[in-house]
Amino acid sequence: MAYESSIVLSRTVKKRRRATLFTLLLLIGPAFIVFTLFVIVPVLQAAEYSLFRWNGLGPLTHFYGLRNFGFLLRDIIFQKALLHNMLIIVFSLLVELPLALLLAMIVGRGKFKLAVFFRTFFFLPFVLSEVITGVLWQFIYNPQYGLINSIISFFSPGNPGIAPLGSPTGVFWAILIVIIWKYFGLHMTIYIAGLQGIPVELEEAARIDGASNAQVIRHIVLPLLATTIQITVFFSIIGSFQIFDIVWAMGRGDPVNGAETMVTYLYKFGFQRFNMGYGSSVAVAIFVICLVFSIVYQRLLLREQRG
Amino acid sequence: MTTSVESARSRIVGATFKYAVSLIVTLIVAIPLYISVSGGFKTLGQLQAQPLNLPMPFVASQYTELLAGKVGSFWRDLGNSTLVAALTVALDLVLCAAAAFALARIRFRLSGLIYNYFLIGLLFPLAVAILPLYLQLRNLGLVNGYWGVVLPQVAFQVPWNIVLLRGFFKSIPRDLEDATAIDGYGPIGFFYFMVLPLSTPILATAGILALVASWNNFFLPLLVFNDSSKFTLPMGVMDFMGQHGASWNQILAFLTLAMIPAVILFILAQKYIVAGLTSGAVKG
Repeated sequence: MAYESSIVLSRTVKKRRRATLFTLLLLIGPAFIVFTLFVIVPVLQAAEYSLFRWNGLGPLTHFYGLRNFGFLLRDIIFQKALLHNMLIIVFSLLVELPLALLLAMIVGRGKFKLAVFFRTFFFLPFVLSEVITGVLWQFIYNPQYGLINSIISFFSPGNPGIAPLGSPTGVFWAILIVIIWKYFGLHMTIYIAGLQGIPVELEEAARIDGASNAQVIRHIVLPLLATTIQITVFFSIIGSFQIFDIVWAMGRGDPVNGAETMVTYLYKFGFQRFNMGYGSSVAVAIFVICLVFSIVYQRLLLREQRG
Repeated sequence: MTTSVESARSRIVGATFKYAVSLIVTLIVAIPLYISVSGGFKTLGQLQAQPLNLPMPFVASQYTELLAGKVGSFWRDLGNSTLVAALTVALDLVLCAAAAFALARIRFRLSGLIYNYFLIGLLFPLAVAILPLYLQLRNLGLVNGYWGVVLPQVAFQVPWNIVLLRGFFKSIPRDLEDATAIDGYGPIGFFYFMVLPLSTPILATAGILALVASWNNFFLPLLVFNDSSKFTLPMGVMDFMGQHGASWNQILAFLTLAMIPAVILFILAQKYIVAGLTSGAVKG
């Protein structure tokens, strides 16, 4: 009796668990539609448009083949934009991430007084929007009112000072400083979370065995933090290829394309010159570059892990 | 004896180094923020002559005029940002929780395929899609409307949050599902009465990430909103700067006001923001 009722019970349970097609459509349908309509379709269209000469109006008739890409690769301004993106990556990896790691080691542990305050405070710039950050630093760089020139004239009275955002050669470096200012706290926070996952016992054991601070960091902390570091490097690279807001808020990539990035370049051709075909070829180029970087990076990591 | 003196000395040197570095970085972070807050209270003359001094005379009118709505449109921009963010977060959570639940707990033939389809989205940054996306929004009549920003924002958040939520939903024990089935509920009942209440922390994390992304978004509003009555705060800041050219004390006051909501949000939701940003990175 009891046995039979349990069979009946398990049957009803199974029946209840089985979802109808309607349930599935209800649950997955909306996300599927929104995702398809606003992510997948536009991406495929970008690939299509990149093969045409088109101003965004009327039918696609002027087939161009790969000529847009030919123009793109030969364009000096695009090369400059790509170079800027690469330099942002280089400085993120050589300055921003090491700084973030150093700070994480300093303030990441509870033993250090005020650590919690510093941790929170250093993260603050990341919370501000790129536009607010950009406008704020426009003021700091402002030749008439800004802090930089006040400092210059304090130390050398009569010096007319500098106008970094007005200089085709200075603007990029000025913005690069702001990028580091804004994002180091994010990476520091990620490293701190990684550090907190390392058992304290490991370090204590090493210290009892007579390891110095430097040895503990070199042989215990860094190896255990390796995955976290690899991921921040990855996100830093991918993020650097997409930089737009902060550059736009600090002079739209100008003067004389001095701070142009690939996305500001795309924006200018797509929305200011309505060259949708050419703009789309920039989009495809950005995607391909990101993809190649991701694949190469993962291959390198896999090889390193095997070796 | 000497070794302990030496180690004490090296500890002091180490502590000094730590405090010195922390202090310098604190100043580098704090000075621009201080300049913004204090600059809003200064006269233009003092702003030019003494960027680091305390405001003297102390002029509150830049802030009060903005807050009273006499200058600029701070409240309207704030309202727009809030509306866009609220719609984004609500829609994002409903869509992603439902889809992630189905992909995590319901067995059906296409499950793996559909999950991989969403995963493709992780490869595409907004910039890659932006030109056709704009044309799409134009065809759908969504340009210059709130939904024109909300829907694409949600769409680009979908893959990330489905990954995040699906992982969590999978970890909910099977026994709980059987228990609700015995009580006579199907998958939707299990989802609603059991999964959602258990998932508040992860939903909060996903929601906060969507909120921060929406709040700071500039690229989409820049394209979609061509009428200042729809401008969100980042758009409002750019617009205000364009209109008040050299009145930097006024611009700094606006900037400071525009920072406040983000800072408050950060203080209230720090735990979830940090959890969301580090969840993927640390686990690997």
